[in-house]
Amino acid sequence: MNDPDQPRRLLKQMVMIRRFEEKCAELYQAEKIRGFLHLYIGEEAVATGVIETLEPGDAVVATYREHGHALALGVDPGRILAEMYGEVEGVSMGRGGSMHLFDAEKRLYGGNAIVGGGLPVAVGLGLADRLQGKDRVTAVFFGEGAVAEGEFHESMNLAALWHLPVLFCCENNLYAMGTALDRAQTQTRITLKASSYEMPAWDVDGMDVLAVEEAASRAVESIRGGGGPHFLELRTYRFRAHSMFDPELYRDKDEVMEWKHRDPIEMFRKKLETDATVTGQDMAAIEDEVLAEIESAVAFADAGTLEPLSDLTRFVYSEEVQR
Amino acid sequence: MIEFKLPSLGADMDEGMLVAWLVAPGDIVERGQVIAEVETDKGIIEVECWENGYVDQLLLKPSSTKLSVGTPIAVLRTTAEPTLAGRPDAPGAEVIAGPSGPRDTVGVVEEVEADVAPAVSPPIRHLAHELGVDLDGLEPTGDGGQVTRDDVRRASVPISVPDARPRATPRARRSAAARAIDLGSVTPSRRDGLIVEDDLPGAATRRVVAPADDQDPGRAMRRAIARSMERSKREIPHYYLGMQIDLDEAMRWLVETNEDRSLTKRILPAALLLRAVTIALHEVPDLNGHWIDGSFKPSHVVHLGVAVSLRTGGLVAPAILNADGLDLEGIMVSLSDLVARARSGRLRSSEMSEATVTVTSLGDRGVDTVFPIIVPPQVAMVGFGKIAERPVVVEGSIVAHTVVSASLTADHRVTDGHGGGLFLLAVDRLLQEPQNL
Amino acid sequence: MTVTEPQRATVTMSYREAVREGIRDAIAGDDRVFLMGEDVGRYGGCYAVSKGLFDEFGEERIRDTPLSESGFVGAGIGAALGGMRPIVEVMTVNFALLALDQIVNTAALYLHMSGGQFNVPIVIRMVTGAGRQLGAQHSHSLEGWFAHVPGLKVVAPATIEDARWMLATALKDPDPVIIFEHAGLYGTSGEVPVDSGPVDIDTARIRRSGDDVSIITHGGSLHKAVAAAEELVSTGISAEVLDLRSLRPLDVDAIIRTVSHTHRLVIVDEGWKSVGLSAEVLAIVVEGAMWELDAPVKRVCAVEVPIPYARHMEEAALPQVPDIVAAVHEVLGR
Repeated sequence: MNDPDQPRRLLKQMVMIRRFEEKCAELYQAEKIRGFLHLYIGEEAVATGVIETLEPGDAVVATYREHGHALALGVDPGRILAEMYGEVEGVSMGRGGSMHLFDAEKRLYGGNAIVGGGLPVAVGLGLADRLQGKDRVTAVFFGEGAVAEGEFHESMNLAALWHLPVLFCCENNLYAMGTALDRAQTQTRITLKASSYEMPAWDVDGMDVLAVEEAASRAVESIRGGGGPHFLELRTYRFRAHSMFDPELYRDKDEVMEWKHRDPIEMFRKKLETDATVTGQDMAAIEDEVLAEIESAVAFADAGTLEPLSDLTRFVYSEEVQR
Repeated sequence: MIEFKLPSLGADMDEGMLVAWLVAPGDIVERGQVIAEVETDKGIIEVECWENGYVDQLLLKPSSTKLSVGTPIAVLRTTAEPTLAGRPDAPGAEVIAGPSGPRDTVGVVEEVEADVAPAVSPPIRHLAHELGVDLDGLEPTGDGGQVTRDDVRRASVPISVPDARPRATPRARRSAAARAIDLGSVTPSRRDGLIVEDDLPGAATRRVVAPADDQDPGRAMRRAIARSMERSKREIPHYYLGMQIDLDEAMRWLVETNEDRSLTKRILPAALLLRAVTIALHEVPDLNGHWIDGSFKPSHVVHLGVAVSLRTGGLVAPAILNADGLDLEGIMVSLSDLVARARSGRLRSSEMSEATVTVTSLGDRGVDTVFPIIVPPQVAMVGFGKIAERPVVVEGSIVAHTVVSASLTADHRVTDGHGGGLFLLAVDRLLQEPQNL
Repeated sequence: MTVTEPQRATVTMSYREAVREGIRDAIAGDDRVFLMGEDVGRYGGCYAVSKGLFDEFGEERIRDTPLSESGFVGAGIGAALGGMRPIVEVMTVNFALLALDQIVNTAALYLHMSGGQFNVPIVIRMVTGAGRQLGAQHSHSLEGWFAHVPGLKVVAPATIEDARWMLATALKDPDPVIIFEHAGLYGTSGEVPVDSGPVDIDTARIRRSGDDVSIITHGGSLHKAVAAAEELVSTGISAEVLDLRSLRPLDVDAIIRTVSHTHRLVIVDEGWKSVGLSAEVLAIVVEGAMWELDAPVKRVCAVEVPIPYARHMEEAALPQVPDIVAAVHEVLGR
């Protein structure tokens, strides 16, 4: 629990996500990355804090805004970038792109472009663990927009009904693309909805990585102890547009500025410097390490290759006969 | 109330199969409208009704049961003239609004049994659809602005002379190509005229689907023709006249006329001959009509029967109705349409049963002169042989002219050689002045 | 109804019993297999297919779900990803529309989209078809929709033997398999060889040999095609009946072979004609056997209307034996 390395690790993880996402924006404008690109800038504390509490063997189901989750799980940033370049060295052989990062070894089950689409899958993963007597947790991430989908409600009910080891992480960044939460829901307190499914449901300040870590830690412990599914509403904010194509007509610049004052990385860094846990030099070192890792990732992706066209029809069906 | 019975559609038709209704109870029908399809030995015939009114009940459902001629198949109600929209000057009649409007019955003199008829009734709409006629922009000539069947027919695009390319299945086509067989020389066994592999010569080793005897449409038609010809020869005292007609002038005029016409609008020599026959019949009206119950009933119109040979090996002689009301172009259009429909088995009952005289031509088979057999109850049949160049004597010299051998077979109970001869002379005379045809 | 080869010892069972036996076998033989769906447990199954299995295997292996098609089909997918071999029962294809997102956007796509990392070994069983006056919303035949999607495998057991044994093969398949069971077949009975075993799920089978015309069909229409073939004997026509069995992949070789033999084709499909399964079979024939065709092709499908409730209307809306016979006659040019 009291891991002296933890603060630095958390800080570096968030910085890594931040710089990586900024690099993606740059690469997108240089046309190296195409299609849709959804950046996690501002929300780093959520993925970092929750995934910190997971063990190897636990599963993660995420959304199309999942770079941060993949990085936090330890997926190689070069392979993530190569995926976005559409290269065969990418995590999904270039077939998925930004929204479909998968990693069998880390048990990252996507990257999903259907809002709410991952929720039933997470329920199923939890069901498999229960039926097989495996002591694993499945963490599923989704936006507050998914709460409007029927699949959310079906999944919550099933998870609670069957007492499944699933951690529901609602990343409430207040906007489902361009629709504000208070324009979409009569009841905007999502924890109230969640708790109606008879599972513990907690509000968490998603900009405070330690708060996230603590809440997730407690939830995961309870789940592993047989406590059934838990729900976290993580209040957060994305500093950039929904995707690269979004002129952000639906929110005030002032509001964005206000939330930027609560930049999770800034806040955590200040706290650590105040505590003297981390020095200015440490910070500079972190930035240098991150920069180096990212440059290495870019170099990896720049040198990548394309999947041969002759392989187009492979992997529609499995090639191994039995598993 | 009228019981509509299965009509006799030909001299030798005793029974038929009700194949389809084209109207439903409640539909308005008018005289001459096709209301059902009946299958006979000769193929599917469209049956017309002869009243104005509406369908009260359909008594029988289409089935494969063979019904006797005279079986009641529907009940119709006649109307006095139905009140029509836009006829405010009908004596004493109020215009009655349609179902959505108020019914003002004050001052109504005539009882109306149906709602105001639409300007285009469903069966006419059906006909228009079948003929590819756009109803907008049609000039209706019926009472009260109704679109009539003739309006639709006149507006229908003339169907071009049947496509020279024979219809064949992919398999047959490829086989024929591989074996250098001309598909035009192959007689199809299918009723729809599609050539199949087994139709090609040398099909002996291939398994042929052996049809049950009464399923074979070709044989059934043969039997029907046999019965008719037997009766004709048994009952009618035939006499025969022949004449060679010079067609130089007619062909020259035809070539000149067709120069300005598109391919689909060209006049064929057959149309000229038919036109001449039609006009000539007015000079010898005793050749145009029917022998019924021991006496001759002349017809004041000419329904000109045309013998059409079918690819399946049979023969039908449907009529160009009211041929005397058509000009040369009208005859050409009607002829093309009739032949096409005859070959695809879509003739109407009136066309099958109303011919007042028939014309046959075997010129395209290379025959010089035809000696036809009259189709009862008609009293004459005109025949034409091959149009070809022959030596003729003109002012003492032998020259080559285009000629055709015209013949007349007639019922001696009605006319004799004198009348018949006058007819042929008239035909000859008319063909010397083709511009007047 | 199954055309079997020369004498093997057989046992009589109903289609329903055959499916049940298949499920029982699978659950008893593999810990990873479980059945999940609405009313499969305590109720015994909407069509009584799983009757008795709840008592035999308990509520973990015969798992009742709430009315959450998207939720429990997705959960089945997740369970398959997580190491289980679930049999998800969607009560009918009509309700599967609620789960289309999970079937088409998750199950069908994950293997390809993840670059080969995640296969989804799920079996989804659904009832399909009409004929019992259940009204338009309960009478769809949408096999064609699923057969359209790469990544899915789709089968339609039409015989008792296939009903008994296709499931076993489907469960061994590493990819999603959808099994369509026609509601009208559950009560039918037939002979199954005592020594029968798992059958393939990717080939078609000739159920009746013939020379004059091929009738290609699947599922609930098979017995009608066979009955029509028997009736056609009296008019001297020898009809060959091909049971597609697998709708994705379609057995293209078998389709081409039968048409190359008879040169004439009638396709029978209880779905609607427009843009459907029958159009696909016809396209395959035109693409691969054009020069073998010696007659126009006819398709006998449901009339283009929502399936009505009134019995005479429903019968008229669905392909029936006389329609098939008439189509054959038309194709033969009579």
